[in-house]
Amino acid sequence: MSGVRAALARARYFVREFSGEAAYDRYVAHARAHDPAAEVLTRRAFERARTDSREADPREGFRCC
Amino acid sequence: MPEPEATGTERNTASPDTIPDSPPPTGGLSPKSVAAWVLVALIGAIGWGVLALSRGEEISAAWLLAAALGSYAIGYRFYARFISDRVLKVDKTRATPAERLDNGVDFHPTDRRVLFGHHFAAVAGAGPLVGPVLAAQMGYLPGTIWIVAGVIFAGAVQDMVTLFFSTRRDGRSLGQMARDEIGPVGGAAALIAVFAIMVILLAVLALVIVNALAHSPWGVFSIGMTIPIALFMGVYLRVLRPGRVTEVSVIGVALLLLAIVAGGWVAESSFASTFTLEKETLVVWMIVYGFIASVLPVWMLLAPRDYLSTFMKVGTIALMAVGVVLAMPTLKMPAVTDFAARGDGPVFAGSMFPFVFITIACGALSGFHSLVSSGTTPKMIQKETQVRVIGYGAMLTESFVAVMAIIAACIIEPGLFFAVNSPAGVIGTSVETASQAVTHFGFAISPEALAQAAKDVEETSLLSRTGGAPTFALGMSQIFSSVIGGAGMKAFWYHFAIMFEALFILTTVDAGTRVGRFMLQDTLGNVHKSFKDISWKPGVWLASAVVVGGWGYFLWVGVKDPLGGINQLFPLFGIANQLLAAVALAVCTTLLIKSGRLRWAWVTGVPLAWDVAVTLTASYQKIFSDDVKVGFFAQRDKYQTGIDAGKVLPPAKNMDEMHTVVTNATVDGALSALFALLIVIVLLDAARTCFKAISDPSSVRLSEVPWTESKIVAPAGLIPTAEERAELAAAGLDSGGGRTKEPVA
Repeated sequence: MSGVRAALARARYFVREFSGEAAYDRYVAHARAHDPAAEVLTRRAFERARTDSREADPREGFRCC
Repeated sequence: MPEPEATGTERNTASPDTIPDSPPPTGGLSPKSVAAWVLVALIGAIGWGVLALSRGEEISAAWLLAAALGSYAIGYRFYARFISDRVLKVDKTRATPAERLDNGVDFHPTDRRVLFGHHFAAVAGAGPLVGPVLAAQMGYLPGTIWIVAGVIFAGAVQDMVTLFFSTRRDGRSLGQMARDEIGPVGGAAALIAVFAIMVILLAVLALVIVNALAHSPWGVFSIGMTIPIALFMGVYLRVLRPGRVTEVSVIGVALLLLAIVAGGWVAESSFASTFTLEKETLVVWMIVYGFIASVLPVWMLLAPRDYLSTFMKVGTIALMAVGVVLAMPTLKMPAVTDFAARGDGPVFAGSMFPFVFITIACGALSGFHSLVSSGTTPKMIQKETQVRVIGYGAMLTESFVAVMAIIAACIIEPGLFFAVNSPAGVIGTSVETASQAVTHFGFAISPEALAQAAKDVEETSLLSRTGGAPTFALGMSQIFSSVIGGAGMKAFWYHFAIMFEALFILTTVDAGTRVGRFMLQDTLGNVHKSFKDISWKPGVWLASAVVVGGWGYFLWVGVKDPLGGINQLFPLFGIANQLLAAVALAVCTTLLIKSGRLRWAWVTGVPLAWDVAVTLTASYQKIFSDDVKVGFFAQRDKYQTGIDAGKVLPPAKNMDEMHTVVTNATVDGALSALFALLIVIVLLDAARTCFKAISDPSSVRLSEVPWTESKIVAPAGLIPTAEERAELAAAGLDSGGGRTKEPVA
């Protein structure tokens, strides 16, 4: 049972990392690591900022032929 | 946890003696692994042996897979390790930009297995599916040899070395590195090259889609539906549930599959005529779409489409690999066709050298990858030691995709292959003329068989569907339907494959237009300041219009050219892509020399020499060849003489078409000359820099970031070695690796 759970947790980890869903948690963890009371963006504001930064420099995240 | 400080000794990397040797690989090979590697080498060797020795008889695609996979394994284990340990001397103790500049957003140390996925998804697109299909006109052997040898000795090396040097420079882009390390002239030439390539690339990719969708109501409907699907996903992610990428992608993929199925219904309904479009109409739609998509906010169309295409890409490629292994189809194409020696093939003109090496860029050596290797990935890599698995490994995977594409093209009837891939000017527009022309090439196929092949996938016609995508889709539908669903599923799988290619081509059209626009705005900003402001709408619209106008022009030309679009434009695209590879390899070679690795400069120097030989020979032939099939200016002369004499020469049907041929040939010829000139400029400037570095080593200024100690423990390869596992356990980390915990004071 614990083996199945571990496998599921692993799959979830890879899916979240690969799709970029984990980006917000990482951002919060990073901000809180320095100052546990740090003000962080809401998820909505963070995701907006993240997408909009691609607007500013489209070379980030460019896909090849 | 405090940021790691810039402690530790600074090492002068300009002197060869002071580059620390990374620890040698764990104490030689054990007898067990010697045996394993001998076995791998044998599998590869047997694969190559069967490919090389089979004459006349049809062989299984399994041999091709064995040859490729065996070679990849050997290349990865031995050559890539030699490059990382002996040439680059990757330093496990040196902090990467991701560690030093970690901001939790764009710079952050990323699990190597995740980064491998990101990097692969960023480098592999439609390119490796198109080139190998076209090159199959010379048989499966020349293409396969180039794909496998090219990736091991050139393509993967380029990706890995660029990634390494960019990592040592905080993720600087290729253009910046060219400017910093070679000089302003080489840098400017590199910039112009990237822009010109972008325009040609987008035109060729858009042409592939237009050729696949013309007169195909099924295809047009299902690909058209991706726009509302992407808009829905965009709103979902922006407004409803921000950041929930997985769930929205699952919904999106489900809707996408529904759109493919619904396409079949539409094609049989009374709406079919609404979605049956001429090539010219599709070109107009592509241009309108390209412009609107590139000025809309990223979140609306680009970002959600990107998620969809990544999901589809990774899923379909995995499915394809499983399908090929399960179905083990037989290669029907000869190993080497007569076109290889004669150079008069209908798919693209020119002899094997240099044109196979131009036609297959992506999958063997792709200059474009150096833009990814020097952009996003270096900001996320945990350890220098991982450049091998990410740079070299991801490129090997793309090469494997190219091998599957060549398999897909070679398992269908060769007669069908040539009917699909020859321009209408060569085979006419009816199954009877096509059958006759193709039989004349030496690949007999009856008109009934051609009609039946189209009927099987529920298309009105498959003739002259040039550009590779339909051929790939035919091969894929043959493989998949033999595993799942049988002949009844052929049409579904065909349109599934078309959708899969169209999806990421449309994403590239959008993203590429944005990159081109960004570069243009940046350059125009030097003339008029407002252009640099990316929120200044008139600037955005104008620059977008210029870029869309650029590729739109070539797309229009590609559709209208009586001589055929793909066979005229694809060589230009190949030359352009290999030109970018020349820039990347020149930067790498210069950096190897400047950083005191002159002894090893051949590692990128030899592929550079090869690439330059190929590209310049191809450019030379495209400019100066007397053969009207190959030389652009010879074409121009022939048709101009015809116009002067008042004669219409086939395949042109009237005087207007004669003028079209003359204009196109002139533009294409001028572009070939421009590309050749750019290569020569970059090379001369690089040679000057290298010569100076060799004759006066004290003058070398490297813009490398000084050594800082790494506090991250992470394995180098995908699977940790026993030693690495012990290190991870000692640091209390799981197999993903991470920062060591600060000792409690």
